[in-house]
Amino acid sequence: MLWDALTLQLGYNATLVAIGATLLGISAGVTGTFLFLRKRALVSDAISHATLPGVCLGFMVLVALGGDGRNLIGLLAGSAVSAWVGLLCMNWLTRHTRLAEDAAIGAILSVFFGLGIVLLTVIQTMGVGRQAGLEGFLLGSTAGMLWADALVIAIGGAATLLLVMIIRRPMTMVAFDPEYAAARGLPVHRIDLAMMGLVMAVTVVGLKIVGLILIVALLIIPPVTARFWTDRSDRVVLLAGLAGGLAGYLGAAMSASAPNLPTGPIIVLVSFGFFALSLLLAPVRGVLAAILRQLRFQRRVHIRQGLLALAQGQKIYEPLTLRLLRRTGLARADGVATDTGKARAAKALRDEKRWEIVRADQMQEATAALYDGLRDIETVLTHDQIAEIDRQIGGPQEVPA
Amino acid sequence: MLSLAAHQGASVAEKITKDCPLAIRGLTVSYGQKPAVFSVDMTVQPGAMTAIIGPNGAGKSTLLKAALGIVSPLSGQVSVFGEPLEKQRARIAYVPQRASVDWDFPTRVIDVVLMGLSRELGLLGRVRARHMSRAMDCLNRVGMRDFADRQIGQLSGGQQQRVFLARALAQDADLYLLDEPFAGVDAATEKAIIAVLKSLKEAGRTVVVVHHDLATVTDYFDHVFLINTRKVAEGTVAEAFTAETLQSAYGGRLATAQIDQISRALG
Repeated sequence: MLWDALTLQLGYNATLVAIGATLLGISAGVTGTFLFLRKRALVSDAISHATLPGVCLGFMVLVALGGDGRNLIGLLAGSAVSAWVGLLCMNWLTRHTRLAEDAAIGAILSVFFGLGIVLLTVIQTMGVGRQAGLEGFLLGSTAGMLWADALVIAIGGAATLLLVMIIRRPMTMVAFDPEYAAARGLPVHRIDLAMMGLVMAVTVVGLKIVGLILIVALLIIPPVTARFWTDRSDRVVLLAGLAGGLAGYLGAAMSASAPNLPTGPIIVLVSFGFFALSLLLAPVRGVLAAILRQLRFQRRVHIRQGLLALAQGQKIYEPLTLRLLRRTGLARADGVATDTGKARAAKALRDEKRWEIVRADQMQEATAALYDGLRDIETVLTHDQIAEIDRQIGGPQEVPA
Repeated sequence: MLSLAAHQGASVAEKITKDCPLAIRGLTVSYGQKPAVFSVDMTVQPGAMTAIIGPNGAGKSTLLKAALGIVSPLSGQVSVFGEPLEKQRARIAYVPQRASVDWDFPTRVIDVVLMGLSRELGLLGRVRARHMSRAMDCLNRVGMRDFADRQIGQLSGGQQQRVFLARALAQDADLYLLDEPFAGVDAATEKAIIAVLKSLKEAGRTVVVVHHDLATVTDYFDHVFLINTRKVAEGTVAEAFTAETLQSAYGGRLATAQIDQISRALG
């Protein structure tokens, strides 16, 4: 069943939903990356909640004009207008009052959402309102998706993607260093507005599939996931698009494979799955990698400490140090150094003395900054430099037995 | 008030020519109700190396940011090479304080330097070999060529500062404005930066640096602008960097011993 869904063989509606969700996932991931890089991820939550009054007002206007209240383009246009108003209000609050952005987000989000719910209730009491299915915009409803709906999503998503690609350089510059961007004459404020406008476009386009409550997940989780795998912003953008698109596709297919599985929430959960895997397994920034790195570091510290203790004829009490020395063949079970151990210990002690000379030398400050108590001196100095230092500290000394 | 009137009189009489890299007249910038910079005039000499000095919170960085239009002033004019800022922006390079950005940002050293070429690259222009070689050349000038592919978070403070300088060099500007480039950097970096700045001066460029270390002013700079919200003194180091001007800029905040030391250094 899942295989049929993945190969788009579950019928017309399921195929439309899967294609729509994939496109939405790609454009949300790519657009959300810039919001994430600008450290304004939560703005998207305020924007998405601010769409609700617009959806409702759009419906009312359509009905009042004698049209079909469920016309998707009409509803999305309404949602875009109210989201834009919410966005401007939030911008005004942060720029012209002492409110911090988090407080402004909270205020806009709750007020607009509250207003939307009131309007939704009013619509339910209207004769035509009951079958409008507007509450589907809260969490998305893909059951009755039409070809025209899919087309709107595809065109909207593609247009957003194109615009993001055009202004990606200024957006990256503003995200990294807004002051420098301003000094270069970039209109920082307008670029920020454009970025949030694009986020709004993705949100509006995604209302039908994931709904306004969960769209924030599609905007934020993919870039956060992508960040685990790369240190380059252009690659974060690509990987976020990939992760978002894949989550959209898999999520839509999974929800189609069994009855009564909601599409939007499943997409979000799949996206979270990618995030959790990345968090654990990513090579440099992942949790496991960090633990392994820490353990390896601890090992090096213990061995170094042990060698220095051996060189100075001190007894080693730390069990981990003893175990490590024994396992690496540097000491015997009773804590006495082996021949290799003696040689390495003497070298360690000598390196310490050499480092002392380097660190006392004003001229070698850059090299001295590399001192961490573990680094082999050959990795930072040339043979000639080491020979010069050795001339200063005299010949090697015997390690006490 | 008298001296204020005198400044304003002077600014009317004085013709700001195309030679003057940066001229500021009657500039006041305020965060809230407290002016950070009040009615300041500044005339930067072409081809000079000027230090902006003054105590903490004296408005040094604010002056620089207002000159660049990063913060908007309450009043006053800024002219760059005799024209309004916007017309001459391409000729200014800015090196912000290192602490003003997040160094965990996913970008490499070379990408940061390429930001200095954003005008040439435009919105969609590809990064071509000549852009790359120019960026690498700038990294080379600050001794960071080998670090081009590093993530910026792996750099030391001094190396980060040098990358910022390389980005400014990539702009090939005529006027360089640097905000505390020597703050919290190692001695090797300080040497590398000052060497680059002196080479800029030799090439006829103008350099303005917000500086905090009074001990090095005479070694590094030929002009000084002393500020403590208001302008205190402006001129060559010999004219404007004296025990009296320092006393009046720093007041009680500068130990007498320090002033003695500096005036001895000045001879």
